[in-house]
Amino acid sequence: MSTVTNPTAQSQLEPAIDRGEEQLLEISMGPQHPSTHGVFRMNVVLDGEVVVRLKPVFGYLHRNHEKIAEFETYLGSMPYTDRLDYICSITNNWGYALAVEKLAGIQVPERAEYLRVITGELTRLQNHASLIGFLLQDMGSSGTPLMYAFREREKILDLFEELTGARMMCNYMRFGGCRVDMPAGWLGRAKKVVQEFPRFLDEYERLLVGNEILMERTQGIGVLSRELAINAGISGPMARASGVNYDIRKVDKYSIYDRFSFRVPLGAHGDVYDRYMMRFLEMRESLKILNEAMRAIPAGPIVDPKMRIRGFRPKPGEAYGRIESPKGELGFYLISDGSPNPYRYRVRPPSLINLTVLEDLCIGLNVADVVAILGSVDIVLGEVDR
Amino acid sequence: MNLETTKSSLEANIPGCRLEIVFNGSPSAQHSLLVDAEHGFAIAAYLKDAPDLRFDFCSNVTGVDWPSKEISAKVKVKKIVDGVESEVEEVQKTRTQGYLEVVYHLFSQELKYGPLPLRMRTEDRDRGVHLPSLTPIWRSAEFQEREVFDLFGVIFDGHPDLRRILMWNAFQDHPMRKDYVDPDDFEYEPTAHDQVLQRASQHRSEAGGR
Repeated sequence: MSTVTNPTAQSQLEPAIDRGEEQLLEISMGPQHPSTHGVFRMNVVLDGEVVVRLKPVFGYLHRNHEKIAEFETYLGSMPYTDRLDYICSITNNWGYALAVEKLAGIQVPERAEYLRVITGELTRLQNHASLIGFLLQDMGSSGTPLMYAFREREKILDLFEELTGARMMCNYMRFGGCRVDMPAGWLGRAKKVVQEFPRFLDEYERLLVGNEILMERTQGIGVLSRELAINAGISGPMARASGVNYDIRKVDKYSIYDRFSFRVPLGAHGDVYDRYMMRFLEMRESLKILNEAMRAIPAGPIVDPKMRIRGFRPKPGEAYGRIESPKGELGFYLISDGSPNPYRYRVRPPSLINLTVLEDLCIGLNVADVVAILGSVDIVLGEVDR
Repeated sequence: MNLETTKSSLEANIPGCRLEIVFNGSPSAQHSLLVDAEHGFAIAAYLKDAPDLRFDFCSNVTGVDWPSKEISAKVKVKKIVDGVESEVEEVQKTRTQGYLEVVYHLFSQELKYGPLPLRMRTEDRDRGVHLPSLTPIWRSAEFQEREVFDLFGVIFDGHPDLRRILMWNAFQDHPMRKDYVDPDDFEYEPTAHDQVLQRASQHRSEAGGR
């Protein structure tokens, strides 16, 4: 943290600072601050230790992904979607593949849908596991919780590496299916990871969920009301922690999610603690889906045989496809003009839109709570800045 | 949700609004509603609050650039050539007015349907780039409209805090426009490093070195 030297940022906050004898302090948290999960900056105006105003500053990782995609073929953008939310690359692939399949009317074979659900839910597990680790690390329980979470995440990344060839930049989906089938014995190893996962959750809950300091720092902090959550477009676990019953897996029933029995956990208070616990509950539901999917996966082709990769030109038109990514609603909006590359390619980034309410959550709290609130929002800057 | 009935109920409740259904030729069949900028705010407020519509969740806001383009059409014209009337094909060229378009993808969380793509178009791409901001209706548009302003140059009237969001404040152009050309010296700036090297070379000559 250091005092701000950026003249434009200062002039915007001048009226708030220059109020007679009141000594307001403006600090710039980030971009090189470990708790900002990347290069994210907040201009925070403090009265003592209390936040009076908070303006997020974006764009440090901006590379205009949407413009680059206009010069690429449809499939050419697929590896680039890995780099959006680089923690969960497979769900990014899925969102993009779903949008293109809507645009061009491509069917996905049964086995590929199961593979998508299995890898997608594994992605959700490893995202939520690392998030709870990050959050506790941010709040000062240094080391152990993060390492426990990363130990579990590593097991899932090993599975991804075996399946796709890459740990994080998986590039797994194709339009109308998946890129590769499971190698021999992979399903057995994945089943073992899923079977052992509840032990980690139980252990982790015993470790810290009832901890007094954790409860003190998170309960009643950063309360987001249900009405504001809907109006501000908040999606994913953050919205559900505020009691918004909206899970795109249930609402849109995309892919084959209508075949699995799982519940949508909802929070009652919408504070940091609820958002933290929401990740635990969602992981337990994901495990149910995984167990069912791994039992029921059929044999068959993994990609639509009619799908042509070369010379892929969707008919003129547009489509908006969305999935429930671990961060929230990940949407892709595509406009085709009949040429091999999209006329317009848009990513609806859940991380960016979930930050809309950051100022509302932080005002009136201590500056140390900002770190906990930001951690509970779950952002990845590759997706925020695109 | 039926787009036709939505359109007629909007026309009945908001006098004077001009609506048009934009057909979508792709298999997704997400046809959209084109509304005029003048009544855009009232239409959006009606869509959100009407008990049978309840579009309470504005998920995605984005811009699309449609530059002006030349359309050449072959027209058959009757002409008298050497005293004989005959039909001759002629190519007529017309130039369409370019515009910027903003698309809002609306969903209803209460009634669980969507998306309804709502479109608004600016008059042209230079001066008439003003559109009403829908941020007072849906907070979710706040950052996304800023992004459309930043990357496309649409000015949203009534936005509480319309600043650049992804590009830096001193940046001039709007990179997502189709005719955007990035400058050759994009990365060039005199760095402190150059100055340091220059000063270092001076010291070397004073000391009688290289």
